[in-house]
Amino acid sequence: MAHAHFNTMEGRGFGFYILLAILGGFILAGGLAALYMEHNGHWVTGMSNQIVWGTPHVFAVFLIVAASGALNVASIASVFGRQLYKPLARLSGLLAIALLTGGLIVLVLDLGRPDRLIEAMTYYNFKSIFAWNIFLYIGFFAVVAVYLWMMMERRMNDYTKPAGIFAFLWRLTLTTGTGSIFGFLVARDAYDTAVIAPMFIIMSFAYGLAIFMIVLLAAMRWTERELGNVVFERLRSLLGVFVAAVLYFVTIYHLTNLYITQRHGIEGFILLHGGVYTKMFWIGQIFLGSVVPLIILFSRLGKSRAMVVLASLLIVLGGLAQMYVTIIGGQAYPMPLVTGKEASSSFFDGVVASYVPSLPEAILGIGGIALALAMVVVALKILPFLPNSLSDADADPHFKATPAKSETAAA
Amino acid sequence: MSLSRREFIGIGSAAVAGMALSPGLRLVDLAQARSPDEAVTSLKRWGLLVDINKCNDCNACVTACHEENGVVGHDRPATDAQWIRKVTLKDKQTGYVQTLPVMCQHCEEPPCVDVCPTGASFKRADGIVLVDKHICIGCRYCMMACPYKARSFVHEDTTDQKPHAPRGKGTVESCTLCVHRVDAGKVPACVEACNKDGNKAMVFGDLKDRNSDISKHLASGSSTQLRPDLNLNTGVRYRGI
Repeated sequence: MAHAHFNTMEGRGFGFYILLAILGGFILAGGLAALYMEHNGHWVTGMSNQIVWGTPHVFAVFLIVAASGALNVASIASVFGRQLYKPLARLSGLLAIALLTGGLIVLVLDLGRPDRLIEAMTYYNFKSIFAWNIFLYIGFFAVVAVYLWMMMERRMNDYTKPAGIFAFLWRLTLTTGTGSIFGFLVARDAYDTAVIAPMFIIMSFAYGLAIFMIVLLAAMRWTERELGNVVFERLRSLLGVFVAAVLYFVTIYHLTNLYITQRHGIEGFILLHGGVYTKMFWIGQIFLGSVVPLIILFSRLGKSRAMVVLASLLIVLGGLAQMYVTIIGGQAYPMPLVTGKEASSSFFDGVVASYVPSLPEAILGIGGIALALAMVVVALKILPFLPNSLSDADADPHFKATPAKSETAAA
Repeated sequence: MSLSRREFIGIGSAAVAGMALSPGLRLVDLAQARSPDEAVTSLKRWGLLVDINKCNDCNACVTACHEENGVVGHDRPATDAQWIRKVTLKDKQTGYVQTLPVMCQHCEEPPCVDVCPTGASFKRADGIVLVDKHICIGCRYCMMACPYKARSFVHEDTTDQKPHAPRGKGTVESCTLCVHRVDAGKVPACVEACNKDGNKAMVFGDLKDRNSDISKHLASGSSTQLRPDLNLNTGVRYRGI
C-alpha cells in the first residue's frame, strides 16, 4: 500500500449541522439533567442507599470500557504491524479520547459533590483503585494524544510504533483498573473475583470495535468516501471473534460462581429469578447482545453492511445490558450479614433492593454518548483523521503488486 | 562469623542498655497519654460489645443516636440516612428470631478506607472510622465496599444540623461512634440510652486496656464479629448470635 491519504471532511452541508444540532440537543439535555439532580440531591433519581450506583454508572463504565477498546484498531496497526489497519488508526485514537471524555463527564456529573473534583486531583489514597484510575484516565488522554501526534506529524512517524506499544499497554492497564473497581470489592457476592478484570478487557475489545464500526461506516458514507470489502470483511470477522470471546468469559464467570455454593444465591438471582435483571441478562446481554450479532457476523447476513451496523448496535445495547446486570443487579442482591440467618430491617436488609431508573439519569448517560460523538464529528472537520479512501486497491497491501509496496513493508 | 571478646562485650552491653531503657520509653509513652486537646494515639482502640441475648424489640439506641447526631429523615425510607438500625435475624433452619443493632463496625482494616479515592474515609489512630466531610466527593465507592451497609449518602438538603455532626448533601456519612462524646470522656449516645432506657445490652470501652469493662466482658465469654470471614477485625463485637 502507498501512504494512506487523509483529509478533513468538508462539513458545510445541511446534514453536518443537523447532526451537530441533534447531538448538541442531547448534550444540553444531559447537562440540564445533571444540574437538576445536583440541585435537588440524589433523592430525585432512582438511586438510594441500597442502589448507590445507578444508570449514570452503567453509561459511564460502558463508555470508559469502550474507549480503551476503540484504540485496538490503532494497536493492531502499530503494535502488530498490520498495514491494513493503518489508515484506520487515527480514527481509532480519536474515538478512544472522545468516548473516555463522554464516560468521565457522566461519572463526574453524578458525584455527590462534582464541584469538589479538585479534591480528587489533590488528595490521593493510593490503596484505592479509583485513585489509580484517576491517573490511568488522565494519562490515557496524554498517551493517546502523543500517539496521534506521532501518527499525524510526518516527521514523528518513526515513533509511531513505540508510542503505539506504550498506548496499548496503558489501555490494558486502564481496563484492568476499571474491572478491578468491581473485582476487588470483597463485600458483595457478584463481585470479588479476579476474572472481572480480563473480562472487562475482552468486553472493551467488542464494545470499542462495535462503536468503531458504526462510526467508520457512517463517516465514510456521509463524506462519500469509499470503503472497500477487504477492510470491511476483516473488521467484521474480528468483531465476531471478540463477541465470542466475551461470551467465553461470561460463561467462566458464571461457572465459577455456580461452583461456589456460597454464591448460588446471586447466581440464582441473575440467571433464574431476578426479574428485570434475569431478563436483561438472557434477552439483552446474551440473546440480543451476543447470539444475534454472532449469527449476523458469521453468516451470509454479514455481507450486508446494514446488517453489520445492526449487529454493532446490538452489541452496544447488549453491552449496556451487561453493565446494568453487573452494576445494578450486583447491588440489588442483598449482602449476607450472618451466615445461615435471614436478616430484615427498616434499612432493607435481606431484601432485593428496588431500583427504577429515572429520566434524568438516563438523559445524563445519553448526553455522555452524544458528547463523545459530537467530539468525533467536530474533530473530523478540523483535522485529517479520516482516510480519503479505503477502497480495496488503497487498503490492501496485497492488492497491488507494485514497487510502491516496499516503502511500508518494513513495518 | 566469630566475635572477638571486645566485640562481644560491646554488642552485649548495647543490648543490655536497650533492654533497660525500653520499659522506660514505654512509660514515657504512657505518661504522654492523651489529654483532650492532644492528638489521638493508637494506645487505645475503642470498641463496643452488644449482648444480643439482652437486646429485644426496643429501639432506644437508634432513637438516641439519630437525636444526638441530628440525623433527620424526610419520610423516604430508601434514601433517608440511618446511622444505626435494628436488624431482625431469623435462623433459616430453626426459625429462631433475634434482634440486634447494626452500625459502622469500626473495622481495623476498613474496606471503605481502602477504596476511598481521596482519603476522606479514614480511620483514627484509636480505631474510630470517620468521613472527612471536607474532602468527600460523594462517589459512594465506600458504600459499595462496606459489607455492613453501614453508610448512608445524604440525598437531600439537611437542616438543623448539630455542630459536632455536620451533614452535607452529596457526601457520605455513618456512625462516628459519637467521637465528640468519646473525646470528652463520655460513652456513645446509643450505649448511654441502652443502659438507661434499654436492656443494658451494650458495653463501650478501650479494647487495648485489659482492665476496661469491655475487655473483661470479652475475656469472660464468647463473642463474634459480623462477617468474620472477611477478617476485618471489627471494633464492634456481638455476643449471642
